[in-house]
Amino acid sequence: MKITKQEVERVAALARLELSEEEIAQLTPQLDNILSYVAKLDELDTEGVPVTTHTHSQNNAFREDVVRESLPREKALANAAKENGEAYVVPKVVG
Amino acid sequence: MEFETVIGLEIHAQMKTKSKIFCGCSTEFGAPPNTHTCPVCLGMPGSLPVLNKQVVENGIKLALATDSAINRENRFARKNYFYPDLPKGYQISQFELPIAEHGQLEIEIDGQKKTIGITRAHMEEDAGKLIHDELEPKSYVDLNRTGTPLLEIVSEPDLRSPEEAVAYLKKLHGIVRYLDICDGNMQEGSFRCDANISLRPKGQEELGTRTELKNMNSFRNVQLALEYEERRQRDVLLDGGEVIQSTLLWNPDTNRTESMRGKEEAHDYRYFPDPDLVPVHIDEDWIERVRGDLPELAGERKQRFMDDMGLPEDVAATLTSSRDLADFFEQVCVDYDNPKKVSNFISTELLREYSPEQINDCPVTATQLAALLQMVEKNTISGKIAKTVFADMLQSGDDPEKIVKDKGLVQMSDEGELVAIVREIIAANPDQAQQFRDGKTKVMGFFVGQLMQKTKGKANPQLANKLFAQELK
Repeated sequence: MKITKQEVERVAALARLELSEEEIAQLTPQLDNILSYVAKLDELDTEGVPVTTHTHSQNNAFREDVVRESLPREKALANAAKENGEAYVVPKVVG
Repeated sequence: MEFETVIGLEIHAQMKTKSKIFCGCSTEFGAPPNTHTCPVCLGMPGSLPVLNKQVVENGIKLALATDSAINRENRFARKNYFYPDLPKGYQISQFELPIAEHGQLEIEIDGQKKTIGITRAHMEEDAGKLIHDELEPKSYVDLNRTGTPLLEIVSEPDLRSPEEAVAYLKKLHGIVRYLDICDGNMQEGSFRCDANISLRPKGQEELGTRTELKNMNSFRNVQLALEYEERRQRDVLLDGGEVIQSTLLWNPDTNRTESMRGKEEAHDYRYFPDPDLVPVHIDEDWIERVRGDLPELAGERKQRFMDDMGLPEDVAATLTSSRDLADFFEQVCVDYDNPKKVSNFISTELLREYSPEQINDCPVTATQLAALLQMVEKNTISGKIAKTVFADMLQSGDDPEKIVKDKGLVQMSDEGELVAIVREIIAANPDQAQQFRDGKTKVMGFFVGQLMQKTKGKANPQLANKLFAQELK
């Protein structure tokens, strides 16, 4: 087994997902399958191969420090579950 | 039992760029909420971040100024967590391969120099701002600050007291101000400091359990919070208790640290390389170009003030402790080329009212201060009156010439005018006059004082001394 039920629960908690017992029972072997499949890569000998994070060779894609127009506020707030015309409104987080 | 305090600081310096780190939104402070956002900083699907080149240049500058090693390859990583001020659900930061590592700074306390290690400095984006409703269980999210470029600068746990921590913080503050990469405003949060503090029995190698302090938005609060936490941990340990690893907020109203509710849970940021951003390669040419553009830093400037202007080390150190103050001082010297007198006046009169970091809040311009000192030089006013005029300038921002004229403060240097008053004073005080003639020259102070009182401080002091000596013979 690549992953335990406890690990699935933890990953779910970190992703703010509420999973039922049935869903955990269903997902654990599925995730295990995926991880086992990816683990095949471990069989390769990567001795001496530099760490690769990107699959293409481009680097140094920059923009100059120039201000561009921002979104109108109505548009920025348009997808909010709750807003007051100025700000996103969320349940109180601290205090 | 004797304890040793161990402190490490994490500093977030907001970069003074015009636009955000990965998009073209303005970084201007104080705009109406949510008016400086776009699909990139809002984390909308399909948007792509592109790195602001100036942020990398600023990182190189900081690395050079702190003797850090610059990583030739830089990568960005995603730091994953959920919080309402973070719209993407992750912060773009650097994890492996930050821009700078293994740096150092020298601090000085009571003439004792000490080197403090800098673990690393990395580029990242700031989060938004939360405003909590006083009455209702709601918070309001303003995402203008989201994506503002930051350099996070992490020190080694080399600091052994709150004083050392503040000295290090001030030194670093001075550096980012000299480099002009951060405006250093602690109140507005553009220079923020978190501290890790722990205590261990003296002589013990292993570190004690630490707490992390946040919400200290001034040098003074950093000092007070660390002192408080140092005492609190010592009391806990002396009572046989254990320090609990936690994040504490400094409350400047109660002068206490308080535990932070809400955000307390085990963190697991699951960093991984951000596939949206390509690696950054920094070559020798780039580093040398930035090095060539570096401004004169505090240390070099202090040396120049000592060598070229003949200032004592402590005075030169004070004047160069902030770039604004050093600039102001040099600007005054342009119009009044007497560094010793200028530095004396600044040390005694100006720094009593404004700290080196706040010098730009002072309403008196360098030109005005030079004009005031010129008036003393030309005997238009006495040095004493100059202090009164300066106090007035600090209040009104008026030119010294105007104040001196309006208030009739021009020095009395007319011998004929003064000698009449001098004779009057001698006649009115025969006992003191006799004492003087008997060799008690100390009473001269009394006579000059009388004259100053009668002339409201306007008598030329050198002339006053001369006239009394002459008339008392």
